[in-house]
Amino acid sequence: MISQVFILSSKGDHLIYKDFRGEAKTDAVNLFYEKVTDLPGDQPPVVMTCEGLHFIHVRQGGLYFVATTAANVSPFTIIEFLNRQVLTTLIKDYCGTLSEKSVRMNFALIYEMLDEMLDYGYIQTSSTDILKNFIQMEAVSSKPFSLFDLRSVGLFGAETQQNKVAPSTAASRPIMSSRGDQESKNEIFVDVVERLTVVIGSNGVLMKADIQGEIRVKCYLPSCSEMRIGLNEEFSIGKSQLRGYGAAVRVDECSFHQAVRLDEFENYKILKVCPSQGEQTVMQYQLCDDLPSAPPFRLFPTVERDSGDRLLIYLKLRCDLPPKSAALNVSVTIPVPKGSLSLSQELSSPDQSAELQPSCKAIQWEIPRFPGGAQLSALLKVEVPGLSAASLLEVGPVSMSFELPKHTCTGLQIRFLRLSPVQPGPSQHWVRYVTHSDSYTIRI
Amino acid sequence: MPYLGSEETLKELKRALSNSNVQADRLRYRNVVLRVIRLMTQGLDMSSLFMEMVKASASVDIVQKKLVYLYMCTYAGLKPDLALLAINTLRKDCADPNPMVRGLALRNMCNLRMPGITEYIQQPVLAGLRDKASYVRRVAVLGCTKMQNLQPEAEIDGTVVNELYGMLRDPDPVVMVNCLRALEEMLKAEGGVVINKPIAHHLLNRLKELDSWAQSETLAFLLRYRPRDEAELFDILNLLDGHLQSSHSAVAAATLRLFLHLADAHPAVQADALSRARGPLLAACASRSRELCFAGLCHVQCILRSVPGQYAAHYKRFFCSYSEPGYIRLRKMDILVELVNDENVALVLEELRAYCTDVLPELAQAAIFAIGRIGRMYSERCLGILTDLLGLRQEHITSAVVQTFRDLVWLCPQCAASVCQAIIGCEENIQDSEGKQALIWLLGAHGDKIASAPYVLEDYIDSLKTELSSLVKLELLTATVRLFLSRPAEIQDMLGRLLHYCIEEESDMCVRDRALLYYRLLHCGVDETRRIMGGPISDPSLGVITGHPDEPVNNWVAHFNTLELLFTRGIGTALPSKGGSDSMALSIAGCPLVVGETGEDPLHTSTEDGPDFSLSLDPPLSPESFEQHWLRLDVSHTGTMVFPGSDCAPETLQAALQLVQIQALAFSRSDSLPWKAYLYSKSSGTLILAELLHSAPPHLQVTVKQVPRDECALQGFITVLETALQALRKEAT
Repeated sequence: MISQVFILSSKGDHLIYKDFRGEAKTDAVNLFYEKVTDLPGDQPPVVMTCEGLHFIHVRQGGLYFVATTAANVSPFTIIEFLNRQVLTTLIKDYCGTLSEKSVRMNFALIYEMLDEMLDYGYIQTSSTDILKNFIQMEAVSSKPFSLFDLRSVGLFGAETQQNKVAPSTAASRPIMSSRGDQESKNEIFVDVVERLTVVIGSNGVLMKADIQGEIRVKCYLPSCSEMRIGLNEEFSIGKSQLRGYGAAVRVDECSFHQAVRLDEFENYKILKVCPSQGEQTVMQYQLCDDLPSAPPFRLFPTVERDSGDRLLIYLKLRCDLPPKSAALNVSVTIPVPKGSLSLSQELSSPDQSAELQPSCKAIQWEIPRFPGGAQLSALLKVEVPGLSAASLLEVGPVSMSFELPKHTCTGLQIRFLRLSPVQPGPSQHWVRYVTHSDSYTIRI
Repeated sequence: MPYLGSEETLKELKRALSNSNVQADRLRYRNVVLRVIRLMTQGLDMSSLFMEMVKASASVDIVQKKLVYLYMCTYAGLKPDLALLAINTLRKDCADPNPMVRGLALRNMCNLRMPGITEYIQQPVLAGLRDKASYVRRVAVLGCTKMQNLQPEAEIDGTVVNELYGMLRDPDPVVMVNCLRALEEMLKAEGGVVINKPIAHHLLNRLKELDSWAQSETLAFLLRYRPRDEAELFDILNLLDGHLQSSHSAVAAATLRLFLHLADAHPAVQADALSRARGPLLAACASRSRELCFAGLCHVQCILRSVPGQYAAHYKRFFCSYSEPGYIRLRKMDILVELVNDENVALVLEELRAYCTDVLPELAQAAIFAIGRIGRMYSERCLGILTDLLGLRQEHITSAVVQTFRDLVWLCPQCAASVCQAIIGCEENIQDSEGKQALIWLLGAHGDKIASAPYVLEDYIDSLKTELSSLVKLELLTATVRLFLSRPAEIQDMLGRLLHYCIEEESDMCVRDRALLYYRLLHCGVDETRRIMGGPISDPSLGVITGHPDEPVNNWVAHFNTLELLFTRGIGTALPSKGGSDSMALSIAGCPLVVGETGEDPLHTSTEDGPDFSLSLDPPLSPESFEQHWLRLDVSHTGTMVFPGSDCAPETLQAALQLVQIQALAFSRSDSLPWKAYLYSKSSGTLILAELLHSAPPHLQVTVKQVPRDECALQGFITVLETALQALRKEAT
């Protein structure tokens, strides 16, 4: 049971405060903020205890979501409550985005939600479907959805709609917008999102590869009885079902939302789900070690010492994606020795940049767009006074972050998306694929 | 407009709230109320508007009602007399035809925390229990608890309790769970809600209807139920089976806990449940949310205490990524150390090696300590890595490496030679006191193998005036005296200076007393000093024992899936400088007298073999010389004894044997078969070596070798060993 729930901004402003049981003092908020800011480093532990009260908090979007409790409850329940299932996801569902601004603008709505979700600190319900019947207030969207947004860049492709493209902001709006634009609401988004963790050893051998993926459905349809999502026919789970031929898509482990019906999954790889309004994760899967294709990036580094106090780092970076796709917002971080003073660089095109960041002793090489099959190179000369052989060891490991739109590393595809019964009026469904780098490390 | 919360704002709001034009316009009225709530959230005292807000509650606008109720619940305690005015409106709402209005009013009426409210809410709450709308019943059930908690001294109404027990059969699942919650709180004095057989089976059968929150809470309530017999137990476990792999980590963890709890007499079922719940826990560990990931890691760590091999195949999941915060990476390193086995050791070490150059010094040090802990099993590989790290000449790295060396040398004496070579010259790169202590200890204990040891110590002695840490000074005293015993010519002069400084000028009493003690000890003569200072410089058996004490699952089940797991262990391991390294070497080196005492006079065993028979462990035998002797000697006795039982922990055996002056040098793991142990002891000039081999229960094969031959001592040894094992067996059963 939860005693209090509050939301603080990073500066400690109270955005939301609700006391459910009246057991704790009201200064608990300040107590929490003092404790959080007192901790060394900016990564405090998740659970803190003070005067018999446990504070459990989650940080997202620069905000602290805190629950306090006096009982020794399940940490998973509270963290999930604060996290995925309820607060942050629901706030995203109702208010569009999760930011200090949207929480401030919709504070009354959030109070209303909290009131319906928790009674006396006990979780009553968290399903958007049920809550929707009780929530009376309308969300104030910080950025109204307009046609103007359609022209914004950063578009994802949609496989099922040949030429139309969904704006990347289209899915970040409240599920219950004002009555005006009823027409444009009949949309459903199915996102396949994968997070990639890779470690490549200094000899170029793939040491670790790990993909965490999920299929997320974001539904704006007012009512929808059943949706059928067809996955690749060669989709298999577990190591035993190895097949010798074809482009089989394999994952190690897979779990489904409890509302998903799997009676056609075994034979036809079809997920049947009745999506409720808002966002939900229909399927989660993971794959370890056996990547079906080569990792997206390969790095060939050479680190040398100049005759003087200069360190020469020559990097050749190859993108092993198919030529049609491209990686966006690629950022390469190369740690350099402690005393590094200045940097001069030779990059292969003007839209790239490389900067020395003295605070974290690293060079940041930014590539806005990196087409598949291409190879880029950079020559970085770093001035290090008192360079010794030992400081060469301080160079590396290189870490990269990037985004691969229209690409899944497991090869998982959605064959079709069917709604039944067919929706009256125009409705659109979008399928989007994206792979994010969770952690991509290349040892030197 | 003036900034927040001045008098002006309050007055303005008050005017607006009582303005009839505003009241007529629903949106404007609502906006004013919204402003009041906003200011209230920011922590301003809005209680003076109570009167106006009560009036605002009599609106048809549900949104406004909700806002005003929120306001009233916050300030009711401050203005009890005014809050009573609102009761009428609320009671009227409780009879509204709209169930949402009824529920809302009832919930908020129960939330007004002020004295004397109970008499007003009792009737609506009781009526709410029989309401036809489940929404109202949910509220009313919890309302009973709120009412009870508002007047804790009042007696519990038996009819309400019975009604709540009856409502466990309510068709609405949330009402059912709320009944459990309400009864639990109301009957706290009697030990909470009673889960008997019909209730338990009812709950289990309805588990599927509940949402994940209610499921995990119900599973926690079921912990209280004990099945009557095996058949029922396995029926329950079958029902729960599907939930073990739930995609909600909260449900999976709660189910696992219930499984482990119910099957506490069936270790095989527990092991099976643990391995089946691996998926959800691993998923939590890889979660996008850092907080969930942390909770998952804490639970994995807890499981590893009992089943070290459990996650070994998934060790790569616990590799750190650079984007993770420090507290997760520290946890992952701790787990990696536990997962090391012959197959993955090379990759794990390579990975840990990469963390040693992390930008954050505490993470780098934690990685080095982790390598050190792996080094107890795989000392050669780790020594190589650690020695290479010294080449970086970074202060925090060198310090951590030297501390690791000290612990390694204590546990694995075979490392001593290479460590002594590696630490030459690294004193230039050590600035912190922990590192200095470790280095000085190494110089004192193994100074005879390091040519430059006296000069390094001399540097420290010369800079004693600027040394701030008294622990370093204590360490320096001990090390100098120790080294004096092996290299008197070089040390004598500086020892004199050191003692002089510490006795005459030192202000710290501890240091001064220690110096005085050594001074007097030296007066007693070198032989006496050697006898007292010459304790063992390594204890290899400790490493084997501290390696894997597999804890029974039942030890931690009570804490599984509770907050406790997150914070107690969180504090322990979040500070790598204290938790990461073993402090036992330090503590023993810090008080040499304790070592001296135990080695001083051998304990006489209490067997009746005659007054002249006694065992002793002095001087200690190294594993190398044990091996040499063992290979060279012939068997002088074989026999069988009773095996003390496989659940007898190695450290118990070790401690028990040490009591009778038999030292265990090496053990196999407690659950392995064949199980082996090597022991030695000494008696009046004869060395006795023994091997215990356990291949088929219940017998234990004992092979004894001896040099030189002494039948009387042999017989004595066997009797002592047998008595000790029998005593252990009794204890175990």
